[in-house]
Amino acid sequence: MEFGDIVLAVAIMLGKSLLLLVALLIFIAYALLADRKIWAAVQLRRGPNVVGPWGLLQSFADLLKFVLKEPVIPAPANKGMFLLAPLLFCVLSLAAWAVIPLNAGWAIADINVGILYIFAISSLGVYGVIMGGWASNSKYPFLGALRSAAQMVSYEVSIGFVIVTVLMCAGTLNLSKIVEAQNSSFGLLGWYWLPLFPMFVVFFISAMAETNRPPFDLPEAESELVAGYMVEYSSTPYLLFMLGEYVAIMTMCSIGTILFLGGWLSPIPFAPFTWVPGVIWFILKASFLFFMMAMAKAMVPRYRYDQLMRLGWKVFLPISLAMVVIVATVLMATGLAPGMR
Amino acid sequence: MKLGQAAQSLLLKEFVTGFVLAMRYFFKPKATINYPFEMGHRGPRFRGEHALRRYPNGEERCIACKLCEAICPAQAITIEAGPRRNDGTRRTTRYDIDMVKCIYCGLCQEACPVDAIVEGPNLEFSVETREELYYDKAKLLDNGDRWEREIAQNIAKNAPYR
Repeated sequence: MEFGDIVLAVAIMLGKSLLLLVALLIFIAYALLADRKIWAAVQLRRGPNVVGPWGLLQSFADLLKFVLKEPVIPAPANKGMFLLAPLLFCVLSLAAWAVIPLNAGWAIADINVGILYIFAISSLGVYGVIMGGWASNSKYPFLGALRSAAQMVSYEVSIGFVIVTVLMCAGTLNLSKIVEAQNSSFGLLGWYWLPLFPMFVVFFISAMAETNRPPFDLPEAESELVAGYMVEYSSTPYLLFMLGEYVAIMTMCSIGTILFLGGWLSPIPFAPFTWVPGVIWFILKASFLFFMMAMAKAMVPRYRYDQLMRLGWKVFLPISLAMVVIVATVLMATGLAPGMR
Repeated sequence: MKLGQAAQSLLLKEFVTGFVLAMRYFFKPKATINYPFEMGHRGPRFRGEHALRRYPNGEERCIACKLCEAICPAQAITIEAGPRRNDGTRRTTRYDIDMVKCIYCGLCQEACPVDAIVEGPNLEFSVETREELYYDKAKLLDNGDRWEREIAQNIAKNAPYR
């Protein structure tokens, strides 16, 4: 390969990444607004409706507010670590989007171990939280960071087993091929959410715990820890934490879409529905998962810490372990396992 | 844990019923009032911003009896009285209300024998400096002129119960 080709390839890659980044951030701005609106609607409130028509510009006003505010760095804090933590958290959650295929062949990096990459990156996200809590050098952030570390580690275990069951059915670690493996003439009913339904539920709940969403927002727990690991943060660093959190939530929604809801596939596999571009199906499915997460936030009270740990280690872990064994047995017994067909 | 209970929690029974309930609330009419654009209901006894009223012929009602000054629990009212220049009747030369001290208890309007000092329906009188909240006689009379219609209506509505 000549030098010019390499430069061109890198430029194309950069362009794609930039496009995805902008699209993702705009989508998240509206997901945030939708989150607040849904929450408000369940509580018979209106939600933000003053900035722009129906409050459509609220997220951008918030962005401006955060950016223009003075960042306060506490005197006992370790300045370098303190500012690095939100950056790390945000960059890591954005990095996961490099392998997510929004449509057939639309992933920026269509690597063969995509799901492992995402799993690794989302596990690293906890370092941002721990660093933030530790570098703040104060009580509540530290407690929040400890909680967050314990919580993310425990739920990653069950997410890992959920992914293993899907991998056994699909026979590949490549995200695009996992979606292709769900392509059948049954459409909606051929996706993995139906045969692996218990795993879908476990994944959905673990995803909420993994991203510190209510009802598992113990690391922030504003009523006991004020805001957990984010207490000392203000202005842009705080914005980066919030942004990273919402990016992680969208990542989890898209992984759920890819693993269980057939990614970009049309739910009804014939003419008028297959004409719709795959990316629209993908966004609709991810938005549906996000809506369910927002509803869970609106209707479920926060879990107590021991309940959270009990759910993770004594309920989800045995269930997902058992499901791995059951799925493997069924696949071997019926000869449906990929490679045996 | 019993088997039935385990099955119920595994199938997320409570979460499904909760979701259905939440969705029912989701589509209910909103309870929020769009405040700056629409006001909530205020009863005729609402105690808002103070006003000094006049008789229909334009004469001040206040006779400087100082009952309101005496009864004011926050001692927010300051009155000085004197004979009026043209006819020598007893009038106020100074009528100040410190709106920062005022607790909006309504005792001044209860005490007033001529319905001169009243608390009107206005609640939007926030200002940016403290000095603007030291109301003098001119400001109170101006309030009375501005809100007279509403104040008169409220007094008429409340009259049967007094």
